[in-house]
Amino acid sequence: MAATKTRISSFSRNISAVSAPQLPGIKCGPNGTFFVSSGIPDLDKILGGGFPLGGLVMIMEDAEAPHHMLLLRNFMSQGLVQNQPLLYASPAKDPRGFLGTLPCPSSKDDKSRNHYTEQEKGLRIAWQYKKYFSENQRNIDDHKDSNQEFCNDFDLRKPLEKHFYSGQRVDCVSIKDSPNPATLHDRCATFLAQFPRNDGSFSCMGRIAIQSLCAPQCELSKMDWDMLSFIRSLKSMLRSANAVAIITFPSSLLSPSFCKRWQHMADVLLSVKAIPDEDKELGKLLTGYQDMVGFLNVHKIARINTQVPMILEATTFSIKLQKRRFLVLECLNQAPIDGSSGTSYGTSGGCSGSSRSGALDF
Amino acid sequence: MENRALNLLDEALGLDYQTDPWPLRGKVVLIEDCVETSGCFVLHQLLKRTLSSQSPNNTVIFLAFSHPLSHYDRILRKLGCNLVAQRENGRFFFFDMLKLLCPDEKEGKTGKGGFTALYWKIQNTICALPENNKNHATIMIDDMSLMEVAAHGSSDHVLDFMHYCHTLTSELGCSLIILNHEDIYTSMERPTFMLQTKYLVDVLIKAEPLATGLAADVHGQLTVLNRDFCNVKGSSKNKISNFHFKVKENSVEYFYPGTRT
Repeated sequence: MAATKTRISSFSRNISAVSAPQLPGIKCGPNGTFFVSSGIPDLDKILGGGFPLGGLVMIMEDAEAPHHMLLLRNFMSQGLVQNQPLLYASPAKDPRGFLGTLPCPSSKDDKSRNHYTEQEKGLRIAWQYKKYFSENQRNIDDHKDSNQEFCNDFDLRKPLEKHFYSGQRVDCVSIKDSPNPATLHDRCATFLAQFPRNDGSFSCMGRIAIQSLCAPQCELSKMDWDMLSFIRSLKSMLRSANAVAIITFPSSLLSPSFCKRWQHMADVLLSVKAIPDEDKELGKLLTGYQDMVGFLNVHKIARINTQVPMILEATTFSIKLQKRRFLVLECLNQAPIDGSSGTSYGTSGGCSGSSRSGALDF
Repeated sequence: MENRALNLLDEALGLDYQTDPWPLRGKVVLIEDCVETSGCFVLHQLLKRTLSSQSPNNTVIFLAFSHPLSHYDRILRKLGCNLVAQRENGRFFFFDMLKLLCPDEKEGKTGKGGFTALYWKIQNTICALPENNKNHATIMIDDMSLMEVAAHGSSDHVLDFMHYCHTLTSELGCSLIILNHEDIYTSMERPTFMLQTKYLVDVLIKAEPLATGLAADVHGQLTVLNRDFCNVKGSSKNKISNFHFKVKENSVEYFYPGTRT
């Protein structure tokens, strides 16, 4: 019994024997699934490898802040850098204009510099967790070495070079004036038809990014059931295609029961929240508060081909912009309690009741 | 294989008394879950139990609205049940409903065409079964809320379909196992659909997250309400059981709260 405990199984999977995907940007996952990078190294790590190929990722927007755009931009850039075709739909009049705001992968020396400061900062902040930290650091190093092509670091201040998105590979759709989701559905269907899934061979994969589906400025927002059947049919098309789709939607605009229906549709469900400026209580509670721009909540992790849920240690992460360039996600670190100030857990805990009850889990 | 220790879920469903008729025969089982805790695993467990039970007459008709066959096949294979082989044996019928949309929605007869055809397909499948198996069919639906989406929101058609399937349970002794998401309906003022469904149900299984939040070794809790539960002595009453669970690849662990070391 003890022997079986230490060794999980005598049948160890020989990864190299399994048809290794030839495409850069696709990684083998458990249970015959494949991962695609989200464009944010930290998010890939949190989700256990990335977004599942053939999966539907949904992001619930914060009505007051555009943090979902950060995730969307990195996701799109990652695909374009890896030469993957992209379908982008948005309620804007000219969706193509958005491509000019995509971030560019950072160059090598940038990255090492960034890496260095990360290490330095780690020693400064988390000295009491040094032993965990060094281990973590090593993991990151491994990650960076082996998956150089899987996921890039993106520099949010540098725009993506034009040649990445000027070709035929990018398809843009404006959903502003479409009377029903049929047009968008047809565009998605023709786009996905390029990437049929036949097991083992990957010739190409695609990405679909749909921004603010159901936003009030487009007429679609009034057609609850049409939207649901669109999402359902998109999901079933994705299952049989080598593609991944991401949909962001303003959850507060949907009725509660439809919002739940949307959430059930997602394979991966995330939500973003802004941090109110100058929330002093929260600032006292969390280390690194001044660098945070928002919170990311992980509600659901894909469970394709398996029934076992993946349980995370924490579901809330802070979104930080490191040096105003790199998007990083970090676990919330609680600041050491200052004995002299006399604030106890009870009083400082009140902050979670202020604007985002239950958003913080320690 | 069959003599292994029965778990709490089997016990709560009355599967522990290996009586000759399948204990769930003629019953309607509803599995309810929510975004935080998926109840799919209960469906997988019941699918496995039904197909591998001692009575070789059991047949399953599976209406899949949410996943393709490969997904279930992989999961069930780890549980020790080969769906493809069972399908070849004529004991497992998989209806891929991922793309089902009601064809004649424009004529105001939303959903009718699609679901009527589906019902006939089910009935024909059951009628075509060998005589011994006819009374041992199980219809599984994964999941009901997607059926509503396929019907474009006209839950009446889904309810009609349900009632038709329900007649099969009383006429032929089939059982009906449905997965649905409870949290969709909790915010509604009068969740007619939900209430009507629950009215038909004999066994209600509810999967919920722990009130205390996420934990690595307890994935959630199950509440099983078994109406008309017959124990060995023959007296019948409602029975409620409540326990925690942890889902694994090849099994699910069930235990009473606080009994895990």
